[in-house]
Amino acid sequence: MKFLTAIILTALLSFISGLFLPWWGIAIVALAIAAMIHQKPGKAFLAGFLGVFLLWAGLAWWIDMKNNSVLSHKVAALLPLGGNSFAIIAVTGFIGGLVGGLAALSGSFLRASKTN
Amino acid sequence: MRILPFAISAILTGGLVFALNKQWGSIPPMGKFLSPQQGFWQNAEPANKSFDADLKFPDLKGKAEVYFDDRLVPHVFAEKDEDLYFIQGYLHAKFRLFQIDLQTKAAAGRASEIAGPKAINFDKEQRRLGMLFAAENAMKEIEKDEQSKSLFTAYTNGINAYIGSMKEADMPIEYKLLNLKPEKWSNLRTALLLKMMAKMLSSGTESDLAMTNAKAMFMPDELKNLYPQVPDSLVPIVPKGTAFVQPGIKPIPPASADSIYLSRKDIATAREIDKPDPGNGSNNWVVAGSKTQSGAPILCNDPHLELSLPSIWYEMQLVTPTSNVYGVSLPGSPFVIIGFNDSIAWGVTNSQRDVKDYYEIKFKDKSKKEYWFNGAWTNSTQRVEEIKVKGGKTVYDTVAYTVFGPVMYDENFQGAANEGKGRNLAVRWTAHDPSNEGMAVYHLNRAKNYDEYVNAIKDFTCPGQNFVFASKSGDIAIWQQGRFPARWDRQGLYIMPGEDSSYMWQGFIPQTENPHAKNPERGFLQSANQRPADSTYPYFIPGSYITARGITIENRLAAMSGITVNDMMALHGNYFNTLAEDARTVLLKYTKETELNVDEKKYLEVFRNWDLQASPDSKGQTVYSLWRFALEDTIWGDDFAGMPNKDDWPETQTLFEYMLRDSAMKFADDIRTPARETLYDMVTGAFKKAAGQLNAREKEGLEWYKFNQPGVYHIMDKSKKDLLPFARAGLHVGGWGDIVNAVKGSHGPSWRMIVQMSSPTEAYGVYPGGQSGNPGSRFYDNYLDQWVQGKYNKLWFMRDGDRTDKNVKWVMKFKGE
Repeated sequence: MKFLTAIILTALLSFISGLFLPWWGIAIVALAIAAMIHQKPGKAFLAGFLGVFLLWAGLAWWIDMKNNSVLSHKVAALLPLGGNSFAIIAVTGFIGGLVGGLAALSGSFLRASKTN
Repeated sequence: MRILPFAISAILTGGLVFALNKQWGSIPPMGKFLSPQQGFWQNAEPANKSFDADLKFPDLKGKAEVYFDDRLVPHVFAEKDEDLYFIQGYLHAKFRLFQIDLQTKAAAGRASEIAGPKAINFDKEQRRLGMLFAAENAMKEIEKDEQSKSLFTAYTNGINAYIGSMKEADMPIEYKLLNLKPEKWSNLRTALLLKMMAKMLSSGTESDLAMTNAKAMFMPDELKNLYPQVPDSLVPIVPKGTAFVQPGIKPIPPASADSIYLSRKDIATAREIDKPDPGNGSNNWVVAGSKTQSGAPILCNDPHLELSLPSIWYEMQLVTPTSNVYGVSLPGSPFVIIGFNDSIAWGVTNSQRDVKDYYEIKFKDKSKKEYWFNGAWTNSTQRVEEIKVKGGKTVYDTVAYTVFGPVMYDENFQGAANEGKGRNLAVRWTAHDPSNEGMAVYHLNRAKNYDEYVNAIKDFTCPGQNFVFASKSGDIAIWQQGRFPARWDRQGLYIMPGEDSSYMWQGFIPQTENPHAKNPERGFLQSANQRPADSTYPYFIPGSYITARGITIENRLAAMSGITVNDMMALHGNYFNTLAEDARTVLLKYTKETELNVDEKKYLEVFRNWDLQASPDSKGQTVYSLWRFALEDTIWGDDFAGMPNKDDWPETQTLFEYMLRDSAMKFADDIRTPARETLYDMVTGAFKKAAGQLNAREKEGLEWYKFNQPGVYHIMDKSKKDLLPFARAGLHVGGWGDIVNAVKGSHGPSWRMIVQMSSPTEAYGVYPGGQSGNPGSRFYDNYLDQWVQGKYNKLWFMRDGDRTDKNVKWVMKFKGE
């Protein structure tokens, strides 16, 4: 339950942060969520990763669909992704997720070191 | 002891965020770039995006509406001129921001800010050519006149209004790729855009440096054969037989011209880095009602420029209570450049006239502070150009300005040449002179008849253009308009002495004496960059003329009657190779067929049976082209060893006319061999070489489009390799620079327009691109396929009553407060 909550909150608040902050707002959000919802570091990392991954990949997929994959196809060809729209959506999710995961990991230690 | 793991993971997180927020080499900050809410995903425009908007800007004086049709062409209805051009600026910025930013930075010699150190020499040359100097002079002129200043300023305000309202997430993708931000607009930048066009069309129309080298290598009579002023087959713009008035000015050559100018054998040490494409040119023509099926005149224009995405043109309509004009505009400048209104239509082709000369300067010393002029040391003006470099130190370059103009080449800079001591060359260019071409176009947009058209264009000084004209009242006309120096014979062909005023331009050709024609008996007029008049025109008028297309167009129009719009579309797409028609006779004559093997004979048959069409699948055009390239290499290569740039060699037109005239043509001999070669040897040898190349490409196919390789590339991609996903290459189109359908690689008809002056006006147009500069928009290149297929869009000339028409897809409403 905590795990699921962490994922959902990370995704939701990251989205909101994206309305006001630059892209790295996701790090602040993921760190804060992990500090507030106490989980083991591994789970915190995963929750942070999945939260942002789902948000970023989800948004990208949604945008891509409405765009008929016109731009994703081109950008995926500029990057070494062979013009594959799916690949660039996955990479988008992965990069965001990595940042979210590491930030959440940090946050989980913060919480733990507070109680010490 | 969780502090340590926290510190480590926090540092890792911070490090990752830092790395993803930084540009590494040419890779953009990937965190920013991939963010769905900030990065490139925000440029992935939904296919069903609505362009409706309700906008308020304090600069606006009244209310205005922009009606978009389904092609995203904006039809702007404003109450006042200022608002009209404010909105034009807003729209240019909204749809083409990166384009206007990049183009004007390049024009100003600021490419290094974007491309880094590799662009420094390009920027130096731009500054030394006086591009910024020219723009500053233009801007002073623009702001001198109350009305002009207010219109240009409104345009600038419109662009800045858009930039100011744009969120970072909405920035064009190119900024995100380059990790740059757009720069605010100013009247100076509009002036720079206009000077960019001036450079494109009037800075490569002279070949003074190359010709100075040719003069060092050849005798005067040889030069006349290699670079004739009037080609044998010329069909001039002004119909042959037209009488010209006595010249209002008769320049007199200085006494020293023969000794220190014409006979001098010093080579030009400098070489241009960035010379405009010699193919820059165009076609236009107009047919009178006497020759059309409808009885109304038809006007056509297709300007030939570098084809890019986004296109150099942006289609739009501009309407106020007192004016209504439709056509293409140049993002970066207000007004409609080519188009039509309620009463008239007009189009332009480049005059190709030489309006730029070089003068040799003698400085007192390295400081360049003084130069010898009219018997005394004269002070130069020193201008220090500051060139900012991305990822490098700012470069400073001091340029001396003389009575002629900036000293473009001196011992610190010889352009593309890196030879030790170089000649100091000042450049005299009409683009430097104060003028306000913009207001000429403003008045042309509103002209209602022939007299108003002539009045409007007479202040258009640089770059000189052939303005074709048609009116609803039935007039047709053409005017080669520009400010052209009055030259004595051969003045300005070569570098001239600059130590006194005796070689300076003695005046300009009076405007009324510019070549022009109105309502000729024969019922049509045309221009395709050829020499405007035959040798009876009483002035020396050198230029980089292109002869072949004018011949084709003239022959077609003369033969046609009951002309329809479809006939004009067919003429735009005409692939007939006029030059090859004559060339074939001479090439076959000099081929020693007995010396050919089986394969070679096969190719010769292809050539012999060829229908003379440069169509996309034509193999004959391929055989002809490879053959003539090889022939030019072999005939000129030895004689022009001192001039390695093939663009400077004699024209293909010249070669074939020479061969037709003179079978004992001396240049046939290869001066590197002891034997004495003849045209038979050269032509046959060239054919064998071409046959070898054809053989090697037989497997991929010899269809012409595979050699011509038509393609349209992103404006940032000069190499045509770095941004291929944003390009459209491998287009199935034929053509060449001397064919009416002048597609040559990534160069060609950047806009095709046909306007029939009936009531109501019937107009068609197409360009190889789309209204949006966003590669993520469905409007990025949506006209390209039509253009390839020779299809056109019907242009919707909206009127007040059409505001509720079902063709209106989106509406932008503007108001002041």
